[in-house]
Amino acid sequence: MSTTLGLYNYWIVIFLMMVGLYIVIAHPNLIKKIVGLNIFQTSVFILYISMGKVKGGAAPILDDAVTVYSNPLPHVLILTAIVVGVSTTALALALIVRINEAYGSVEEDEIHDQDAPL
Amino acid sequence: MLAVTALSVVFLRDLFAIVMLFGIYSLLSAGFFVTMDAVDVALTEAAVGAGVTTVLMLSTLALTRRKEKARLSPPSLLPLAVATITGLVLVYGTLDMPHLGDPDAPVHQHVAPRYIEQSGEEIGVPNIVTSVLASYRGFDTLGEVVVIFAAGLGVLALLGVAGGDRHRARVSAMEHHLVLRVITKALAPLILLYALYIQFHGDYGPGGGFQAGVVFAAAIILFAIVFGLTKAEQVITPTFLRYMMGAGALIYGATGVVTLVLGGNFLDYNTLAHDPLHGQHYGILAVEFGVGVTVTAVMISIFFNFFGRSSKPQEEEQ
Amino acid sequence: MIAANLPALQVVIPLLAAPLALMLRRGSLSHLLALLVSVVSLLISYSLLQAVLTSGPISYAMGGWEPPWGIEYRVDAINAFVLLIVSVIGTVVMLAARTSVAAEIQEKKQSLFYTAYLLCLAGLLGITTTGDAFNVFVFLEISSLSTYILVSLGRDRRALTAAFQYLIMGTIGATFILIGVGLLYMTTGTLNMLDMAARLAPLTDSRTVQAAFAFLAVGTSLKLALFPLHLWLPNAYTYAPSMASAFLAATSTKVAVYVMLRFFFTIFGVEFSFDVMPLGIIFMALALLAIFAGSLVAIFQDNVKRLLAYSSIAQVGYMMLGVSFATQTGLVAAILHLFNHAMMKGGLFLALAAVCYSTGGTSIANFRGLGKTMPWTMMAIVLGGLSLIGVPLTVGFVSKWYLVLAALEQGYWPVAVLVLLGSLLAVIYIWKLVEAAYFQAPDEGAVVVKEAPLSLLLPTWILIGASIYFGIDTNLTVSAAESAAAALLGTGVQP
Repeated sequence: MSTTLGLYNYWIVIFLMMVGLYIVIAHPNLIKKIVGLNIFQTSVFILYISMGKVKGGAAPILDDAVTVYSNPLPHVLILTAIVVGVSTTALALALIVRINEAYGSVEEDEIHDQDAPL
Repeated sequence: MLAVTALSVVFLRDLFAIVMLFGIYSLLSAGFFVTMDAVDVALTEAAVGAGVTTVLMLSTLALTRRKEKARLSPPSLLPLAVATITGLVLVYGTLDMPHLGDPDAPVHQHVAPRYIEQSGEEIGVPNIVTSVLASYRGFDTLGEVVVIFAAGLGVLALLGVAGGDRHRARVSAMEHHLVLRVITKALAPLILLYALYIQFHGDYGPGGGFQAGVVFAAAIILFAIVFGLTKAEQVITPTFLRYMMGAGALIYGATGVVTLVLGGNFLDYNTLAHDPLHGQHYGILAVEFGVGVTVTAVMISIFFNFFGRSSKPQEEEQ
Repeated sequence: MIAANLPALQVVIPLLAAPLALMLRRGSLSHLLALLVSVVSLLISYSLLQAVLTSGPISYAMGGWEPPWGIEYRVDAINAFVLLIVSVIGTVVMLAARTSVAAEIQEKKQSLFYTAYLLCLAGLLGITTTGDAFNVFVFLEISSLSTYILVSLGRDRRALTAAFQYLIMGTIGATFILIGVGLLYMTTGTLNMLDMAARLAPLTDSRTVQAAFAFLAVGTSLKLALFPLHLWLPNAYTYAPSMASAFLAATSTKVAVYVMLRFFFTIFGVEFSFDVMPLGIIFMALALLAIFAGSLVAIFQDNVKRLLAYSSIAQVGYMMLGVSFATQTGLVAAILHLFNHAMMKGGLFLALAAVCYSTGGTSIANFRGLGKTMPWTMMAIVLGGLSLIGVPLTVGFVSKWYLVLAALEQGYWPVAVLVLLGSLLAVIYIWKLVEAAYFQAPDEGAVVVKEAPLSLLLPTWILIGASIYFGIDTNLTVSAAESAAAALLGTGVQP
């Protein structure tokens, strides 16, 4: 029982990740795909950060009053990952704008149909 | 709450609502990060995730369309299967994981304790996350700056317009809205000041180059929205932005090159001053500044490129 | 002082040259910078390889912080070899780039192209040199983002959708790798590769480790385009600008294979990956599927760039087949093929760039009569094709030889036969090109075609020449591959 309670946080995060992943793969609308990708990535960040928490710990800023700190290393990694994520999103959205100009659509199947006869 | 938000994205077709929901999802995550003691991450997620990403998506919507096409056929099972299997593999993996908050977990042994216990003596900066980010793992952060630079480059390549390009938009300023103009004039300097505070206070509290860069850019973007893109580009020209984007990364790299010349390894700040603690301070100051410069430039450049593009080709302007 | 810092400089120089290239507005200046930096990288990787082969692995602590608290750059036999491959290809492609890029990309965007190229080079070199698992992710994203930009600069509007599709699949792959690294960190508490390897040894029963294994396997397979996760590759290579296709085809999947080798041989270890987890069987099955599916689909392609792209998927299959055996010979075959394929495909794509430059397109129709009008280019393509098939005296033969040897060593007769059958399929699609070039006359209203300029021909022949030279004199490549394989299996002199 204690196993389940200790782990259920992770399971919820996994559920969120899978919702994000599902949106990316299943929906043909390009913008929705990017939203799904972001949900997927943000959920991975949540997983990493919850790894770093120490019960009864404080934020990792040195202070004489604090004895136990939460782990700073996952924070650093996720800061980098967030930046990487937004960079990818910016690039993807710029591509979508250009694709829309070129094809007149942001739906994957419509775009595919326009290319097929070529 | 997060789950509800995520699921609604699946089922809704109004893209505007979806983007808003994503903003909510991002803010909720930031709140969650605070409860997990990850304050720097929360600040960054709020600024970057809820702020930048949402605004970029809205700009994209403005340039494309607002509704997803209706699907007549039922959704296929393959993606659902893939997502479910992946999720189950992950759940399988969690069965041997340490529980949330367990202080004896492997992640808290070995590498992390040194950062916590010794960064005060070795680097002398209270914010341990800044110590690790800018010094111990400074090379990762250099990579991160380059990633942001790459994003700026990409948007420039895809959406950058020069004079005579058919997609230059005629963005009208909000000159009629007196209230907006007055408030913007009052707020913009305050926002800039706050950004500088975040930049330099990053050693002592949550903050640092990334968050500061985003907030700094936000002030300029606010100005651009209210007073018009043309005016904003007169203040900060696209050419200047192009140089600024690269300059930040070069400042970061130059700090590393200086340490090489002074006889240490790349990015070994101990060489920068007569005693290691001062050296670390100077090094961190320099690289965080570099980060702030590039992030500001890239964010402004990306927004200018999105705002400046029109989805329909315009007539040639004289 | 410089010598001691070579591992850092290998990556830092291209990394910092990229912002400089952006600031140089003129395409010709950016190109010059890119060329210079590529040559410098080549010199550095060559000296690193020499150093490693004589005195063992080199370790470098970034920021002066010793690992695992700081990021370690570690050069050993396997990654020194890959570094050399990447920088050689980069230099040769940059030699050819000026003419081709000027023809395919508008003037305003040329410096952007070279900036993206430098970022990609830095990213690939960074992935290869680092000894830190998270650092791999960061540089992987640098190279991926710059690749998406490179692809999107293609002329055809399908370059945009190809870049987008690649972005989606690539980001999912990278996120899977991030999840895998995160799970590994969760169980070992460290991010340094060697440290991780040592700490993982007693943990093989942990289900978290097994889950990490699965995610890393899928993530890396996506990046190296192993069937069936190869869907992004054909479009990306076809619609990217010709120089980008040449560079990417010869380098990006190779580096991805290196990452896979690093994770599964150095970090997880041979026993865990192949005895405990069924990696060998899975890779073997998928590799064989890749060889046949790739070659079969290639036969039916009309666009030659697409044909070569599908051929690349088959070639990745050959590499993964060698890996799946997990023996010294098998790994030698795979690592040899990393080098050989880079030479062959690099040369072929450069030749294709010449065809595109002179005839304006790359479909089979453009090839008609090229035997007469572009004899040198066509000869290069024929030789490259022979190498793909695996004819003796070419580099392709050497890797296939080791592959068959490795299969026979294990008693897998059917696999050896299948490898030979795959080569026969290659004959068919190469014959299509030969037939059009030498036995058909150009169309009636076709534009008059001249031989390609020297700036494109020379680099092409450097690579094609290399694929003949190293097919005859195999000492250098085989000994490097042997050291690398031994290092991976942990049976060499160096750990």
